[in-house]
Amino acid sequence: MVVETRIAPFDSLSLDCGAILAPVEVAYETYGELNSDKSNAILLVHAFSLDAHAAGIHSETGKPGWWDNMVGPGKGFDTERYFLICSNVLGGCRGTTGPSSINPATGCPFGMAFPVVTIGDMVRLQKMLVDSLGVRRLLSVAGGSMGGMQALEWAVTYPDALASAIPIATTSRHTAMQIAFNEVGRQAIMADPDWSNGNYYSGKPPARGLAVARMVGHITYMSDESMHQKFGRRLREKDALGFDFGIDFEVESYLRYRGSQFVDRFDANSYLYITKAEDYFDLSRGYPTLAASLERLRCRVLAISFTSDWLYPSYQSLEIVNTLRRLLRDVAYCDLPSDYGHDAFLVEVAEQSEIVRGFLASTAKGIGRK
Amino acid sequence: MNAAPPGRPRVREILGRSDYAIIGEIIEPGSRVLDLGCGDGDLLAWLVEHKQVEARGVELQTARVQRAIARGVSVYQGEIEGSLPHYPDGAFDYVILSQTLQEMRRPMEVLREMLRVGRHSVVAFPNFGHWRVRWSHLVSGRAPRTDLFPYSWFDSPNIHFLTVDDFLELAAQQRWAVEKSYFLAGHRAVSLRPNLLAEVAVFLVRK
Repeated sequence: MVVETRIAPFDSLSLDCGAILAPVEVAYETYGELNSDKSNAILLVHAFSLDAHAAGIHSETGKPGWWDNMVGPGKGFDTERYFLICSNVLGGCRGTTGPSSINPATGCPFGMAFPVVTIGDMVRLQKMLVDSLGVRRLLSVAGGSMGGMQALEWAVTYPDALASAIPIATTSRHTAMQIAFNEVGRQAIMADPDWSNGNYYSGKPPARGLAVARMVGHITYMSDESMHQKFGRRLREKDALGFDFGIDFEVESYLRYRGSQFVDRFDANSYLYITKAEDYFDLSRGYPTLAASLERLRCRVLAISFTSDWLYPSYQSLEIVNTLRRLLRDVAYCDLPSDYGHDAFLVEVAEQSEIVRGFLASTAKGIGRK
Repeated sequence: MNAAPPGRPRVREILGRSDYAIIGEIIEPGSRVLDLGCGDGDLLAWLVEHKQVEARGVELQTARVQRAIARGVSVYQGEIEGSLPHYPDGAFDYVILSQTLQEMRRPMEVLREMLRVGRHSVVAFPNFGHWRVRWSHLVSGRAPRTDLFPYSWFDSPNIHFLTVDDFLELAAQQRWAVEKSYFLAGHRAVSLRPNLLAEVAVFLVRK
């Protein structure tokens, strides 16, 4: 399946902070075919550092999508049955308008002049995209981590526009610990002199700061067990400790490699804006309680967490699920066993595929019945 | 061969189980049903298909939860005892506890919560008073082992043994209304001396 990323332009978008972005562009991909009654569309919403390329082989880069193991013919999200849409989030750097886009007022990249965006803003833009594709009601909105936040936001903001939501390894709001890790990442970027208050687009990007931010992120995506399995205390291309500050351990080499690789594909300012959006996200904002917010939700929900995920621990999914049970909403919940930590939603796909496939099929059948 | 002797009509089966057939008969079409310890969701899937119920399940074992969700049943993964307090009063028309009461650490709490959460509760359990159990215990002098209680004492999931009379006595003490009762030996209905002759009892109870 060879796919290409397309751009959808829109006149303007009003943001939660009060600013208006005009114009605004969305990078998106689609897989599969929309059926005649337009009832088989599923929106995939991506995690923090990912993009619109969820599945298939990209026509330009030749790379597989970030959820290629979950999306395709016969897979959990079956492209032979469903029409899948995935777009890059607002504030991103992979085709959708973000801080690296050109500010029409100045003709230069926005940098820190880009307004602070929220998960709610991202979702409103996705709604505009979905509407423009002629889809009035989605069969499902599905995603992990920050994608799960967007799926929940969809369910509460547009209760009639989706038949189901699949929030995976996520939370209704960040805890102090989650904000703290994001703040370390932001500070690493902003402490890099090359960051230059965000005006680095004509010069050197803050590569060291961004790499350190990514290293911290990667640690939180793994688990003690998965790091033990993958690296242990193995030394990197040497038989004895170096007694210097070069690379001794495999894990150091891995983190440095991942950090430097990230710099090539991600914009440091997008890192700041998107992590801020995550930290600001609170499904209960504007309501007296989480229950009052979730009371708006009408769709079926499939919530999945992973046993070794300490960044978005199972108790955060359970808080959502138990609130929905109190509200007598149609909610299924599974805490899947995995050693992979938070990364599990991207790699631990066998069981995930099975339950997603069945949940989607029964949701589609329920729509057919009504 | 299949002709039932008078007074002991053969009960039909659902998914090979006569207690399911009884539960299938009890549940009103279109009702809201919660199955505690729902396993792979066999019974709930049947009830959705044939009685158009709104089905929910609670199951602890991951593999079973996966299979249940994969067949479209909305199952919550968790302990039965810990999961019930999250449901509001009278949330369901029926709460089902099938062949699981004897495995609960605190059966009284589970029953009270079931009766709070459900307008009706269906409780099915193996009858420890059946003559085969009594006989096995009497002649062997060991923890009884029968077809219904096949486990060694050390690996049995059954930790609270109860009989038909035990349950009826508790219901009377607690002033629970026993709306219907069914007794089974194999696939046959038992009408006389159920405490001695029934292998499985199914009660429909409400507060």
